Amino acid sequence: MSHAEAHLDKLPPEPEKATLEGRNKVLGFWLFLGGETVLFGTLFATFIALRNSTLDGPSGVELFSLSITAIATFILLTSSLTSVFAIQAMHHKNIKNMLIWLGVTVVLGLGFLGLEIFEFWEYVNHESFGFTTSAFSSSFYALVGFHGAHVALGVLWISLLMIQIKKKGLTTVTAPKIYVASLYWHFIDVVWVFIFTIVYLMGKVG
Amino acid sequence: MDWLTTVDHKKIGILYFAAGGFFFIVGGIEALLIRLQLMFPMGANGESWFLTGQTYNEIMTMHGTTMIFLAAMPLIFGLMNAVVPLQIGARDVAFPFLNSLGFWTFFFGGVLLNISWFTGTVPDIGWTAYAPLSGSEFSGTGSDYYAIGLQIAGIGTLVGGINFLVTIINMRAPGMTFMRMPLFTWTVFITSGIILFAFPALAVGLIYITFDRLFDANFFVTATGGNAVLWEHIFWIFGHPEVYILILPAFGAISEILPTFARKRLFGYSSMVFATALIGFLSFMVWAHHMFTVGMGDIANALFGVATMLIAIPTGIKVFNWLFTIWGGKIQFTTAMLYATSFIPTFVMGGVTGVMLAIPPADFQFHDSYFVVAHFHYVIVGGIVLSLLAAVYYWWPKMFGRMLNETLGKWSFWLFFSGFHLTFFIQHFLGLWGMPRRVFTYLPNQGWDTANFVSTIGAFFMAAGVIVILLNVIISIKGPKAPADPWDGRTLEWSIASPSPEYNFKQLPLVRGLDAFWLEKMDGKKEMTPAEPLGPIHMPSASILPFFMSLGLFIAGFGFMYRGYEFDSAFINNLFGNNIIAICGLAITLVCMFLRSVYDDHGYHIEVEELQKEG
Ligand code: HEM
Ligand SMILES: [Cu+2]
Repeated sequence: MSHAEAHLDKLPPEPEKATLEGRNKVLGFWLFLGGETVLFGTLFATFIALRNSTLDGPSGVELFSLSITAIATFILLTSSLTSVFAIQAMHHKNIKNMLIWLGVTVVLGLGFLGLEIFEFWEYVNHESFGFTTSAFSSSFYALVGFHGAHVALGVLWISLLMIQIKKKGLTTVTAPKIYVASLYWHFIDVVWVFIFTIVYLMGKVG
Repeated sequence: MDWLTTVDHKKIGILYFAAGGFFFIVGGIEALLIRLQLMFPMGANGESWFLTGQTYNEIMTMHGTTMIFLAAMPLIFGLMNAVVPLQIGARDVAFPFLNSLGFWTFFFGGVLLNISWFTGTVPDIGWTAYAPLSGSEFSGTGSDYYAIGLQIAGIGTLVGGINFLVTIINMRAPGMTFMRMPLFTWTVFITSGIILFAFPALAVGLIYITFDRLFDANFFVTATGGNAVLWEHIFWIFGHPEVYILILPAFGAISEILPTFARKRLFGYSSMVFATALIGFLSFMVWAHHMFTVGMGDIANALFGVATMLIAIPTGIKVFNWLFTIWGGKIQFTTAMLYATSFIPTFVMGGVTGVMLAIPPADFQFHDSYFVVAHFHYVIVGGIVLSLLAAVYYWWPKMFGRMLNETLGKWSFWLFFSGFHLTFFIQHFLGLWGMPRRVFTYLPNQGWDTANFVSTIGAFFMAAGVIVILLNVIISIKGPKAPADPWDGRTLEWSIASPSPEYNFKQLPLVRGLDAFWLEKMDGKKEMTPAEPLGPIHMPSASILPFFMSLGLFIAGFGFMYRGYEFDSAFINNLFGNNIIAICGLAITLVCMFLRSVYDDHGYHIEVEELQKEG
């Protein structure tokens, strides 16, 4: 243990930016998120263009339940906060707290996913609103499902990183990975805020 | 084996060149077939003299798609890889591993697309794949090859774009401020930015096509509430920036070659940088000029028309700067310089027809006629290909350490250049005389026969030019060894050996201004002043993972494409129908990603003794 602590002491205050590789990774990831913004932007634009093409299928007004999505929003936004705590713990070189907060983030992410899967399951089985029902449904599932897939990937990714941290400790190699994963997580949250507004709130208004 | 695992930007550049060159030949053969078919009108009974309409559509589609995505893009990426790290005084790109991944995804995407020739289901929807033609109602598996092949290749492009952005921002040598960067590097920088914001839109559009076709979604299917025009918007919001992705590095190469052979510094460096950035920005504002005839309304047409014409301003700035650069210079007409100078008037002609097309009422006449074909070939061949060839002749010694033969070079130039104008100049008139594009044959005696015949003859001149280039390349294997600085160059890449050692710079150079190497030479020095003491150099290790990651995507692509297919064998039906192939492919990719994350790549060091031994 003392060896690991001595090693931690030598770690610079912002270990994610201590090496050129780390800085490259963080910058590259920011840029990647720029690309992701265009990706989601295209999905949003499509949804807005097609949201009234419901044909014989149900419309947003009939489908959406704001209470469930509000809870989902709350859960996901909280998880953004806990991932900030994890990064703060990392900067204080408190690996234990960092892992705890990352763990909480993952659990909240799973909770969000559970709600989303439940929502989709209800739509498909009780509202006969599947992917192929109408242009509205295709664009809805593409946008919300693509976001959901991002959450799922994030959960998987952060869990793997937690195992890595346990094995390798906090170093200038692992720190950028954690930092970048938290950037990703914030990004997913921001996208969700737009989904909540444009898909659900606007959808409920009609 | 070495070539499969390399993460060295110079070798990856060569890989891009080899693959891009190969696809350029494939696309060129397709072009010849197109021109052969159009050489003569249809017979008296309406029979085609050479190809059927279906085959023609396939060849025409694959020609456009191959040339844009599999030839021009990778050749430009090859150039970026070969030149940019050297120009900014870096030892490698920011992400060597991703660099290799980018190449292999492009490569497997391209292979997937071209396998359609062997399965007999070739894309026949034009390179623009307009809906509903690309939907399952009107086209077969060929459209899946298009959507999935380009999807995989597109990942590689996006990865490459991010890589070069980070490389240029973070890895410049000491003293190399942004405003001291060579113009080629600047254009690559802006181009990478355009890639970053344009390619995701294409990715989403291709996903929609795939979902519509394979999973019965309704994005572009009008009968179920979808919107076919939506595809046109998505495609061109990517597609117009794409043409600038291609042309900006071409501009950059011209801006390096003209000063070198005119022996003058580039005129108006900062205005060149400004114009490049402005073009990059405007390229996102004009996509609907491809859709004037769709019925967007007068206001939208007027706005997009004016926005398009605005691009002529920064482009004009560039053209005048080039002219002033060679004005009064001591010009040496090497092959590279011949290509570079001939680029200027040729490209301007394409730009002028572009502005003509940007006038909506005029475009109603020009649209979908050979006038458009002439326009975009003047900018793409006359602009991009001429400058790429200039760049190839210019940087070849640095990449391969051998000189290309100048006599053969000049032959290739005159053949290609005259062939080009012979082929495409007349097509402006064919368009004005009413000949529609993308139609496989035409009635005789409408005044088009001679012009089409002439155009085809031109195509054969171009082919002869390309054959001479190939010959030159083959001969160069045994050609004279290239010195470090064969052209008396101005930028950092000429300050190190040809070909450059794997670590590029033994000691990172200290940059004191624009045209860094030239400055030192003017001070009477032979080398750059080092910015650091000699020390061990850290190198990334080679890896086979990028190859397998891309292979996984390739396999998954087939899995998805044939999931609804009826095979003779029940076993194979099972494999595809239950998505087993698709899942296996994705699993290969994910496992490789996992391995990459878990096993740290510590790389290795080249020690000081070794560096000194190499001199
Ligand atoms: C700089 C390099 C350029 C390239 C590589 C390029 C390429 C292309 C291509 C490929 C097309 C045809 C697309 C298709 O329908 O299949 C096209 C059409 C068009 N281009 Fe360009 N272009 C360039 C510059 C310009 C400029 C400078 C302008 C105007 C100032 C312009 C205006 C247009 C317009 C208005 C059309 C649509 C014509 C129609 O379909 O009716 N282009 N260009
Ligand atoms: Cu355009």
